[in-house]
Amino acid sequence: MTHPMIALTDVSRTYPGGVAALKSVSLRIDHGELVAIVGPSGSGKSTMLNVVGTLDRPSSGTIRIDGYDVSELSDNQLSALRATTIGFVFQSFHLAAKVPALDNVADGLVYTGLSRAERRRRAAAALKRVGLEHRMDHEPHELSGGERQRVAIARAVAGDPPLLLADEPTGALDSVSGTGVMELLHELNAAGTTIVIITHDREIAASLPRQVRMRDGEIISDSAREPEPVESGVT
Amino acid sequence: MTGVERPRLYPARMRPRDVMRVGAVGLRTRPLRAFLSALGIAIGIAAMVGVVGLSSSSGAELDRQLSALGTNLLTLSSGSTLTGEAAQMPVDAEAMIERIGPVEAVSSIGKVPEAKVYRSEQIPEAQTGGLNTYAARLDLPATVGATLRSGTWLNAATERYPAAVIGADAAQRLGIGAAGPDTQIVVGGVRFTVVGVLEPVALATDLDAGVLVGWPVAEERLGFDGHPTTLYTRSEEAKLESVRQVLAGTANPEAPNEVDVSRPSDALAAKKATSEAFTNLLLGVGAVALLVGGVGVANTMVISVLERRAEIGLRRSLGATRGQIRTQFLAESLLLSAMGGAGGILLGSGVTMGYALYSGWPSVVPAWATVGGLAATLAIGAVAGLYPAVRASRLSPTEALSTP
Repeated sequence: MTHPMIALTDVSRTYPGGVAALKSVSLRIDHGELVAIVGPSGSGKSTMLNVVGTLDRPSSGTIRIDGYDVSELSDNQLSALRATTIGFVFQSFHLAAKVPALDNVADGLVYTGLSRAERRRRAAAALKRVGLEHRMDHEPHELSGGERQRVAIARAVAGDPPLLLADEPTGALDSVSGTGVMELLHELNAAGTTIVIITHDREIAASLPRQVRMRDGEIISDSAREPEPVESGVT
Repeated sequence: MTGVERPRLYPARMRPRDVMRVGAVGLRTRPLRAFLSALGIAIGIAAMVGVVGLSSSSGAELDRQLSALGTNLLTLSSGSTLTGEAAQMPVDAEAMIERIGPVEAVSSIGKVPEAKVYRSEQIPEAQTGGLNTYAARLDLPATVGATLRSGTWLNAATERYPAAVIGADAAQRLGIGAAGPDTQIVVGGVRFTVVGVLEPVALATDLDAGVLVGWPVAEERLGFDGHPTTLYTRSEEAKLESVRQVLAGTANPEAPNEVDVSRPSDALAAKKATSEAFTNLLLGVGAVALLVGGVGVANTMVISVLERRAEIGLRRSLGATRGQIRTQFLAESLLLSAMGGAGGILLGSGVTMGYALYSGWPSVVPAWATVGGLAATLAIGAVAGLYPAVRASRLSPTEALSTP
């Protein structure tokens, strides 16, 4: 690859009132990686997800997503970048109530400019990919928590984005469903998608090839750059 | 790595059908609220379309009446003398008017003031019922355009005998449903057989509360002096004005000022103008209802935006631009008011048709009212939706997503 998937250089994000959620963070994530960003609440990992997902702009520093310098893009261009390049998975799924799984996934592609028939075709393929081909006509309230998160993942990957950002994807699930969702994310990564998972669960983080630990808006360790410090070893 | 050239990014345009589909999301998920706020608009539009429709229908009915009755009828009635006494027209006024070239027909009635009308001899004398007795010429119905509801008009035989034709109001006041040989009333102390009942006469409303008897029998039995009190003339439409100018002088050459000339169709036209003024007032009321409906839509949209912050955040994360979020809520507002507008037009047209059918009018809902109504609702939807839509589009995606 000629350019990394994500490149953060000295990125800070200070909220009005002087709270610094990110303090001069630099991070590089290459195509095809599966990375955990782990830290306690308040460590700045959600802010990290927002700036990486281009939902928020940094106060200083540069961010490049798939080679694009985010600070040089207009709001419309950022929207286009999100539509084509980034898929989001949220802790609370954000599925539309009373809408069948197939349409929930297909409606996620409405901002890509594809025709409705094509959107539904891709949605069906994505649902098949997450193992829900038998649940396409079910509405969210007829699905289990794990199945709902699978629908949300299907919506995130239906457009084949190279980057998938997951914010506590197993936070609202029991351990069995959580394990299933993590297995699915591993499979997607094996198929080539770069995946960044935000979590406070050290067990989940430990199951991923690379962990970036955060505390108080700073990266305190990155398993790709240095050997795991002994004192903060995983369970 | 910093010098990598990447293709320029462009947000994809949404197809119009997708704009509609996304705009309808809020209506689908909250159907009752959508229905109620559309109802506000519908009531306003229905009121306006109904008012316009009813007034157009009654106007069309009036036009139909006028063209059926003709506007070339001029009426002469004896006014008062300079000293204020009731004036009298000469006995030969009718014959003189007939000699005016453009006059096509002339007929007359003569009031018989002393002849009071009663249903029977048992009725106390004071209870006259406000009915008048007139001596009438045989060609009266043809001239004024009167038609019979039941029975027959007077003829050369019955005008010499105690036979009467009564007006529509008179029939009602006397309690007479239909004419017949056994139906008798008392006129000036003489029993008259009711041989006919008239329909209401639009151009000669005096006849409605009148009891019409033959000229000869009035003179012989009721003490009628033979002086006509009202003359009805039909003239060539084109020369109506010139006829009008000479009528009074011809009818009563000695005292033209004692004759009042009028054109009854003018009164009908005036009635139409009055009803139009009233229509404008009702239209104003409808406009207020529509405005209130618009406020309802704006309120619904503001609440909708507040409630759907998470959805807005999700859509932004899926790649919706600010413009697309704005369009979505504007489309929702427009759909909401268009639904209300369409419903209101149907309702208003339905009321118009129902009432017109019930009254026997032609039912007319002008196209401008329908088109104008729809345009008004769309304008209201746009105005009501603009502020909430702009607010939704300015929402920061992270803030929207953090709301549960």
